Amino acid sequence: MNKIMVEGINKNMDEIIERWITRMKEEKGERFFHFMPDHLVEKTSREFAVLMTSNINESSAANTERISDFTEKVVRFGWAIKFVNKAIDNFSDVVYEFLEEKEIINESNLRTFNLIFRNWINPLRESIIDAYSTEWERTVSLQKIALQELSASLIPVFEKISVMPLVGTIDTERAKLIMENLLEGVVSQRAEVVLLDITGVPVVDTMVAHHIIQAAEAVRLVGAKCMLVGIRPEIAQTIVALGIDLHEFTTKSTLQRGMQAALGMTNRAIVEVEAN
Amino acid sequence: MNFRSSVEIITEWDIVAARQLGRNEAKKAGFGTVDQARITTAISELARNIYLYAGKGKIEIERVSEGGAFGIKIIASDEGPGIPDLRKVMEDGFSTSGGLGAGMPGVKRLMDEFKVSSEPGVGTIITTKKWLH
Repeated sequence: MNKIMVEGINKNMDEIIERWITRMKEEKGERFFHFMPDHLVEKTSREFAVLMTSNINESSAANTERISDFTEKVVRFGWAIKFVNKAIDNFSDVVYEFLEEKEIINESNLRTFNLIFRNWINPLRESIIDAYSTEWERTVSLQKIALQELSASLIPVFEKISVMPLVGTIDTERAKLIMENLLEGVVSQRAEVVLLDITGVPVVDTMVAHHIIQAAEAVRLVGAKCMLVGIRPEIAQTIVALGIDLHEFTTKSTLQRGMQAALGMTNRAIVEVEAN
Repeated sequence: MNFRSSVEIITEWDIVAARQLGRNEAKKAGFGTVDQARITTAISELARNIYLYAGKGKIEIERVSEGGAFGIKIIASDEGPGIPDLRKVMEDGFSTSGGLGAGMPGVKRLMDEFKVSSEPGVGTIITTKKWLH
């Protein structure tokens, strides 16, 4: 029975794919089939069709690899999982209708075919959705790693003066990382003054302020001074409204002013020299 | 007009989502950068309180108009343990989590109107508004 079905499908693959594409184009909210170049739609659809039919007659191991290849592709195309699911539904419908038209499915073998379809589509759907979510999880965890790499490095600028530019949202995890990098850097770079630049921090709420205060206190304990720079006017106002006490800190509006102050604190200054 | 959008607070990153939504709504309502920062920070505090004390809850943001004045309303609600002593949490420097204790009184100062109702064991609802001047 399987054999007849596979033959029926393979012989009429082109028409099945064509019908499937027509149906997918009718789906709302997905632009893939409308905006992608035709050859790409054709190629992806054919791959999808091959994928869909492969597990009827192939070993499951070969299939797993093919499924993960394919899902990687659709994730990159930005197909929503709902859409992938719909694609599977439509494909199974098209094939069923087609086999009915060709009278491969008739009243006498309807039950058998129903069973074959169920055994065919369900495991396939499960593994495709599984591979899809794995692919997403991988993407998310990669981005998380990339985000961590962006975090907080302490840059030695002058002798005894280091700068740490903070960029982006500070959550608990990053705050920990900032603290570690800051203390390690202060010790290894023998910094006496550290400038924390918060120009790139979008929101300074009490938690962020709390972490900054703790970091400054820790820096003080290892024998250096901490200065807060890059305080934008709107951030200054919210800090005042929140009632956060930054009296212990030297604060400056820009990194430039902070640097001048830091040089002053280490008894140095930048002077202009006359050109010869 | 009174379109309400909301963010569920379950993970720490939802706090970022909530304040992003708040910033966008504040911008659309016509607030300047300083007020945008105030509203965003207030949302950040409220969302963090939900995350820290209740575990999960919801931040709703709505544009409102009252007698010719336009503004933005933020509702933070959770079904957490509630606040046993409302007077205490509004004091500067009071914290049960080792934080700065500036969150709740800070939000009140950042916004124009502030109302909190809480019942131990049932949950907390905080409603706060900021008007366009």
